[in-house]
Amino acid sequence: MTREMTGAEMVIQALADQGVEHLFGYPGGAVLPIYDALFERNDVRHILVRHEQGAVHAAEGYARSTGKVGCVLVTSGPGATNAVTGLTDALCDSIPVVCITGQVPTHLIGNDAFQECDTVGITRPCTKYNYLVKTIEDLPRALHEAFHIARSGRPGPVVVDIPKDIQFAKGVYSMPEEIPHKGYRPKLKPDADKVKAAVALMTKAKRPLFYTGGGIINSGPAASKLLRELVQATGFPITSTLMGLGAYPASDPQWLGMLGMHGTWEANWAMHDCDLMINIGARFDDRITGRLDAFSPGSTKIHVDIDPSSINKNVKVDLPIIGDCTHVLEDMLRLWRETKAKPDKKTLDGWWKQIGNWRARKSLAYHNSKEIIKPQYAIERLYALTRDRDVYITTEVGQHQMWAAQFFKFEEPNRWMTSGGLGTMGYGLPASVGVQLAHPGSLVIDIAGEASVLMTMQEMSTAVQHRLPVKIFILNNQYMGMVRQWQELLHGGRYAESYTHSLPDFVKLAEAYHAVGIRCDKPGELDAAIIEMINVDKPVIFDCVVDQAENCFPMIPSGRAHNEMLVGDAAERLEDAITEEGKVMV
Amino acid sequence: MNTTASTTHYPAQTITQRTETHTLSVLVDNEPGVLARVIGLFSGRGYNIDSLTVSETEHQKHLSRITIVTTGTPMVIEQIINQLDRQVPIHRVVDMSTLSVPAIERELAMVKVRGKGENRVEALRLADAFRARVIDATTESFIFEITGASAKIEGFIALMMPLGVVEVSRTGIAAISRGPEGM
Repeated sequence: MTREMTGAEMVIQALADQGVEHLFGYPGGAVLPIYDALFERNDVRHILVRHEQGAVHAAEGYARSTGKVGCVLVTSGPGATNAVTGLTDALCDSIPVVCITGQVPTHLIGNDAFQECDTVGITRPCTKYNYLVKTIEDLPRALHEAFHIARSGRPGPVVVDIPKDIQFAKGVYSMPEEIPHKGYRPKLKPDADKVKAAVALMTKAKRPLFYTGGGIINSGPAASKLLRELVQATGFPITSTLMGLGAYPASDPQWLGMLGMHGTWEANWAMHDCDLMINIGARFDDRITGRLDAFSPGSTKIHVDIDPSSINKNVKVDLPIIGDCTHVLEDMLRLWRETKAKPDKKTLDGWWKQIGNWRARKSLAYHNSKEIIKPQYAIERLYALTRDRDVYITTEVGQHQMWAAQFFKFEEPNRWMTSGGLGTMGYGLPASVGVQLAHPGSLVIDIAGEASVLMTMQEMSTAVQHRLPVKIFILNNQYMGMVRQWQELLHGGRYAESYTHSLPDFVKLAEAYHAVGIRCDKPGELDAAIIEMINVDKPVIFDCVVDQAENCFPMIPSGRAHNEMLVGDAAERLEDAITEEGKVMV
Repeated sequence: MNTTASTTHYPAQTITQRTETHTLSVLVDNEPGVLARVIGLFSGRGYNIDSLTVSETEHQKHLSRITIVTTGTPMVIEQIINQLDRQVPIHRVVDMSTLSVPAIERELAMVKVRGKGENRVEALRLADAFRARVIDATTESFIFEITGASAKIEGFIALMMPLGVVEVSRTGIAAISRGPEGM
């Protein structure tokens, strides 16, 4: 379609042409022409948030749960700077987001005009790419290119900064047939010989392990499907990062649980002792590796990643494969099936036996209580009572996030939305708004901490306005729990500023937002309260009052290796859990 | 647990390698902000810039060429190349220091020398030996233009110093590979 229109109309037309149905935003002086263009159309629905950070997190939740690009519209100056946390979050977790920002008119740029800031300067390090559109002729291409860049390769946020005079200017709009960007060509297909070498290593492995990450989720549902086939065809164990949960079903016996700082005993020990590590779509983050010189010392490492800069960044790998997970997995699976040679069954059985010994440690065990709700118990019950439902989980950041990752079992990809890389407290509530919008009939729960959720609590108003029945399940221990845990373990129990006095009454707060508030502080009443929460067709704040002193285990302490994990009191003692034979290998 | 261990929740640096100096040629879209992007990448990720030159090299295609001299461990150099290469407006990155035949590296310097009498004559003699040209002259000063590898320029400036060097302006290194192939 080619016709003359204003820059503002082009923005909305480009969104519609890109299939955007929902736009999260907040109006202001420098985007009023775009809001005016939006007013006349009903194919793009605008979701008014209460803070621009919330808009970006909502778009992230939307993107993460659908695989589509999340879209944001904010004004210049404070609108753009408020979006920066969300953009950085999206960059760290590789979430496709297009954020359109208004800018002061071109003749005022650089004049310290009202609500002016150097948006492209500020967002350059926290976006995959950004544009300042200075002529109307550049606008259609910039808009469509932004979507292409956001969703392709390693996804990420893209900012398009549009001065107000460009929004008013008239020009010719057309949707480009294709976006042939000269310098930007992500490599999707892996080198055939590399995949062949990988499969050859796999056939000879004695103690192999799949270590997968968010790249599988970003690659789309096909990647998860192929991963399942490959893991089952090989019979190898699999663990995953926080970002990769759901790519492989947690109910499957080959699943070892999450690895890393709060990963399971078996996953971390398997990482440490494996002889072949097959990393697919994960990036050797410091939460995963712990001490680098003691990280999986005896293994050959295969690393599949779409981003060449992830290779050899933290950990030197033996076989890097650049490509999209779907393509790589497809090739790997085909070659695996064609290859006659397979790992020695007996050796693999020995490896599984060893893993069984580690599992027997029951590293996630905790002492339950009849008097006080244990946070782990709360999540176990939440999981049990929502199992048969179509459920999506978002989280904030901290202990509750780790417990959710440990105790909530994900069977499918795109069901788990959490801030991994940046660790943004306040992510979960706005993200749940985006998820609920994309999945109107589903049960969307933000597993929250009382400290995190207060950072973006204003988005309850958004949820109520747009009739999004999100459930904010707060594990309320009155502490910034993870901070308190670190202070307990590393700073002599001096709890500097990690206790929150004068918390709001969350039930009354919910009511003030015209939502529903539920409080529960007795283990015996928890099930009924959770069921009540599920059955309310309105946004709910659930104040689950939990044990203040509970710590999150297992835990790899700072500067330690995978085999130096701490576990809670309730975990089986090593001597009880491990057989004589196993002891030798431990 | 042992609380004398590090009290940060980040792993300590445990991998140490020797640092090397590399010259990178980077072909970029000649558009606003691209240099800021490159420099921001270096400062944001803690990489070093020893020298940097930028100029448009292909007007029709709107391409500029940036030559960066940087120092780091082999792992960091690899990171720098990959981080640069994945930037949207960056077309190509070539490590000129790892080519099979070493690339040619040159820079240009303008050296202002102030003096009278014997120093003046000596400065001209030295300039002649280094094939530096006089591009400005007054009764009490010369400006010399010298082109060459950095070491040659360093040598020239060092010899000129006692003869009254007032100031020096250098372009930084530009590099090009030998042989018929382009980057």
